[in-house]
Amino acid sequence: MSLRNALRAATAVVTLTATGAIAETITIATVNNGDMIRMQGLTDDFTAKTGHEVEWVTLEENVLRQRVTTDITTNGGQFDIMTIGMYETPIWGANGWLVPLDDLSDNYDVDDILPAMAGGLSYDGTLYAAPFYGESSMIMYRTDLMEQAGMEMPEAPTWEFIGEAARAMTDRDNEIYGICLRGKAGWGENMAFLTAMSNAFGARFVDENWVPQYDSPEWNETLTFYLDLMNDAGPPGASNNGFNENLSLFQQGKCGMWIDATVAASFVTNPDDSTVADSVGFALAPNTGLGKNSNWLWAWALAIPAGTEKQDAAKAFIEWATSKDYIELVAENEGWANVPPGARQSLYENDNYKDVPFAQMTLESILSADPNNPTVEPVPYIGVQFAAIPEWAGLAGQVGQEMSAALAGQQTAEEALEKAQAIATEELEAAGY
Amino acid sequence: MATKASRSAARLMMAPAVILLLGWMLVPLTMTLWFSFRRYLPLRGGDQGWTGFDNYVRFVTSSAFWPAVQATLVIVGGVLIITVCLGVLLAILLDQPMWGQGIVRVLVIAPFFVMPTVSALVWKNMFMDPVNGLFAHVWRFFGAEPLSWLSEASMPSIILIVSWQWLPFATLILLTAIQSLDSEQLEAAEMDGAPKLKQFWFIILPHLSRAITIVILIQTIFLLSIFAEIFVTTGGAFGTRTLTYLIFQRVLESQNVGLGSAGGVYAIILANIVALFLMRIVGKNLDN
Amino acid sequence: MARTVTARRKAINTAIAWTIGLLIFFPILWTILTSFKTEAEAIASPPSFLFFDWTLENYAVVQERSNYMRFLWNSVIIAVGSTILGIIIAVPAAWSMAFVPSKRTKDILLWMLSTKMLPAVGVLYPIYLIFIRMGILDSRAGLVVVLMLINLPIIVWMLYTYFKEIPGEILEAARMDGATLKSEILYVLTPMAIPGIASTVLLNIILAWNEAFWTLNLTAANAAPLTAFIASYSSPEGLFYAKLSAASTMAIAPILILGWFSQKQLVRGLTFGAVK
Repeated sequence: MSLRNALRAATAVVTLTATGAIAETITIATVNNGDMIRMQGLTDDFTAKTGHEVEWVTLEENVLRQRVTTDITTNGGQFDIMTIGMYETPIWGANGWLVPLDDLSDNYDVDDILPAMAGGLSYDGTLYAAPFYGESSMIMYRTDLMEQAGMEMPEAPTWEFIGEAARAMTDRDNEIYGICLRGKAGWGENMAFLTAMSNAFGARFVDENWVPQYDSPEWNETLTFYLDLMNDAGPPGASNNGFNENLSLFQQGKCGMWIDATVAASFVTNPDDSTVADSVGFALAPNTGLGKNSNWLWAWALAIPAGTEKQDAAKAFIEWATSKDYIELVAENEGWANVPPGARQSLYENDNYKDVPFAQMTLESILSADPNNPTVEPVPYIGVQFAAIPEWAGLAGQVGQEMSAALAGQQTAEEALEKAQAIATEELEAAGY
Repeated sequence: MATKASRSAARLMMAPAVILLLGWMLVPLTMTLWFSFRRYLPLRGGDQGWTGFDNYVRFVTSSAFWPAVQATLVIVGGVLIITVCLGVLLAILLDQPMWGQGIVRVLVIAPFFVMPTVSALVWKNMFMDPVNGLFAHVWRFFGAEPLSWLSEASMPSIILIVSWQWLPFATLILLTAIQSLDSEQLEAAEMDGAPKLKQFWFIILPHLSRAITIVILIQTIFLLSIFAEIFVTTGGAFGTRTLTYLIFQRVLESQNVGLGSAGGVYAIILANIVALFLMRIVGKNLDN
Repeated sequence: MARTVTARRKAINTAIAWTIGLLIFFPILWTILTSFKTEAEAIASPPSFLFFDWTLENYAVVQERSNYMRFLWNSVIIAVGSTILGIIIAVPAAWSMAFVPSKRTKDILLWMLSTKMLPAVGVLYPIYLIFIRMGILDSRAGLVVVLMLINLPIIVWMLYTYFKEIPGEILEAARMDGATLKSEILYVLTPMAIPGIASTVLLNIILAWNEAFWTLNLTAANAAPLTAFIASYSSPEGLFYAKLSAASTMAIAPILILGWFSQKQLVRGLTFGAVK
C-alpha cells in the first residue's frame, strides 16, 4: 500500500469514528455523451441526498476506453466508478475486477432492469454493471422524403426495400442522401454496424471452432450490398462518418434514412437541435428474411472497480443514477423525451412515456436482439455486434479499417475481406485459440 | 585547460542529469525488453510466462508491419521536406525589410503554440470535414465535388496538419541563422552583379546548412513519435498507421503487452538507425 | 540593415509576407471566430466570416460543464514546474559539458537526445505500474517529473549550445579573481546566458503545455491539465463545432499569449547552436 493510500485509509478511519457516517468524494470516469453530461448537471441532487461529492472525469469515448482499461488491468485505483459497456463488463467481471452488484437495496428494484440488459451486463449470472441507458439500433427515416419518393416504410423492412428506397430518395444536387450509415473505422463504429448487418445476411465472425469466417460468401454478400448501397445513395466521405457525424447530417436534413442507435431518436426529434424534428419516422432494423434483424444491443453502464476503497459511496451513486427516481428527476427537468432510455421495464409501462414517439420502437428493437444467440448459424461467443472476447477490440479495430478503406474506394470488397480474414487469423492465433 | 579538480567537479555536476536520464531510459527499456519476451495479456490473466522470440517474429511477420514502417518514413520525410523548403523561403522573406515585420512573425509562429490534439481536431472538423468543413465550402463554391480529405487523401492531409505545426519551428531557427549572415558578403555579391538565385545557392544556403541540420535532427526526434494527430484524425485507417500507432493498437486495443513491447523494441531500433544517420551529420557539425 | 531598398520593393515584400502570415494563422483565427458563433451558424453554408451574431454562449456552456480554472492551473503548474526543475538539473550538466569537455562529452549529449526516441506508448504499462507502486498517479508532482525527464535532453542541449558561445577567457578571468565554482556559475555565467536560458524556458513551457500522451494517461480528476479538458469536447453527440472551438480557444489562449509577448526572446535564443 502506498503512503498516499495509507494516509487516505487513516483519514477514513478517523472520520468514521468521529461522525459515524462518512461523506466521501468519489471519482467517476465517464463518456461525453449527452445523457452523461446531463447526469453531471444533476449531481447536486445526489450530493444533497447522500452527502457524497462527485469528481467527474469526462472523456471522449476512445480516450475513456484506453484510460479505464489501463487502470483496471493494472489495478490503478484511479476511479471509484467507471462507465463501461456491454463489451467490457462480462470480460472484466470474469477476471474479478468489478464489484458484484448483488446487494442493491430493495427500493432499487433490480428486477425492473430489462432482462436483455441485465443479461449482457452479467457474468455467470451475477450483475457487474448497472445500465445507465440501453440501446438497440433501428431505422430513422424522413417521412416527408419517403412520401415524396412514393414509398411506404413497412414496420419490419427488408434490406432490399431499404436499398430501393434509399436510391429513390437520393437527390445529390440538393445534398440529400438516401441513406447514412457508419463508415468510420472502429470496433464501436463501422464494425458494430457491419457485424450486426452481417447477422441478418446469415454471416458470422467465427464458426463454432473459432475459425474466422470473413472469407465466407455471406460476408461477401453483406459487404458488397453495403458498399453498393453507400456508393449509390450515401453521403460523400462516408468512410469518416461515425455516429456523431451521421447524427449531425440527419439533423441538418441531409439523410433520407439512418440506421443507428435508438438513443439517437431523442436527438433527431428535438426541435432545438434538429431541423427535421417533426418529420421523423421509425422502423425496425432491416432483415433479409433469415430470421435475424440487423440491430444490435448495447448499454452504457456504471461499474465499480474492485480496487476502490469507497465501495459504499460508489454503490450509493449507482443506485441514484440508474434508479427510477433519477428518470423522474430528468423528466421533471428536461421532459420525458430526454430521460435515459432502454434500461428499465417500468419506463415503458409509464403512461407519460407512452406519448414519446420512439418509445415503442426502441423497446421492440431491444427485445428483438439476443446476445446469446446472435446469428443464423451457431457461434461460440456472446454479443450481437461484437464478440465478448478480449481480442475483439483489437481485431475488429483493424478489420474496421479495411472495411473503411473499401468504402473509400481504396480496395474492393474481396480485398478487404481477404485482409480481414488474415487479421482475424493472426489475432486469434496470437491469443492462443 | 581544465584542472583535475574542475574535472571531477564537472563530473559531479553532470551526474544528476545523466543519472536521471539513464534511469528514465533504462527502467522502461528494461521493462519493455522483459515484457517483449513474455506472453503478457492483461485481459487474459496477465503475465503467462516466457515465449522466447515469438512476439518478435509475430510482430514483423504481421501484414501490418512493413506498411507501418513505410508510413512512418513517409510522414517524417514528407514533413521534413515541406518544413525545411518552406521554412527557408519563409525565413528569407521575413528577413526582408517590410512594414509590420513583428506582427507577421507572430502570425507565422502561432501554430507552434497550438497543442497537437487541438490542431488535429480543428483541421479534421472545421477544415477537412467533407460536408461542413471550410474546404468543402470552398470546393462547392467553385462547383467542385468536395473531397473527403482524410480518407481520399489521408497521407497528404496528415502531412499537411503536421507540417503546419512544425513550419514555425523551422522558420524560427532558419530566420535566426539568416539574420546572422554577414550582409557585407551579400552586398559584395550584389555589386559583382551576381543574380539572386546564385546568391541564394552559393551564399545563403551554405550558411544555413548547419541550421537545416539542426532542424532536421530536432524535428525527426519529435516526428518519429507523432501520435495525437493520427489518433484524432484517421485512427490509423487509410494507410496512415505508423509504427508508433501500430504499437498503440497492439498494446491498448488488442491488449497484448508482450507483442506491443516487441514492437517497441523494433521502434527503438528504427529510431536509432535514423538517429545514427543524423548524429553522424550533426556530430560532425558540432565539432567545428 | 545596410542595404537600401526602394519603397516599391518594400511594399511587395509586405504584401507577400502578410498574405502568407495570415494564411498560416488562418486556422487559429477561424477557430476563435467560430467560438463566438452559435452551433447553427458554425456549420452554415456558405459560412459567414465576420457578420454573424456574436455570442458568448459557448464559453458559458464550456465553463458550466467543466471547471476550466482547475485544468488551467494544473497546466501552469506542470509546465512551469517541469521547466524549472529541468533547468536546475540541466545548468550544471550543460556547464560541465561546455567548459570541461572530455572525449565522451559529445557522445553523452547525443545519447541524451536519443532517449527521446523511445516510443511512449510502448512503455505505458511499465510506467503506469511504477506510478502505482510509488503512489503518484494523478498527482502533479508525478507529471512534473515525467515531463521534466522528457524535455531534459532538449534543455541540456540548448543550454550547452549557449554556454559554448560564451568565451572561456571570461570565466578564467573570474577564476583568477578568486571566484569559486559556485559564484562563477551564479554570477558570471548565468547573467551572460540569460537570453539563452530565457528561450530555453519558453520552449520547454510550450513543449510541456502541449504534451498530450502522458498528461492524459497518468491523470484522473486531480492533476488533469488542459489536454484532458480538450479530450472531453472532441466529437460529442450533435453539433459541436462552436463548443469545440470555444474549448480549443480556452486551451491554447494562455500559451499563445505568452508566446506572442515573448517571441523576441524566443527568436533570439532558439538557435540550438545553429549560428556561430
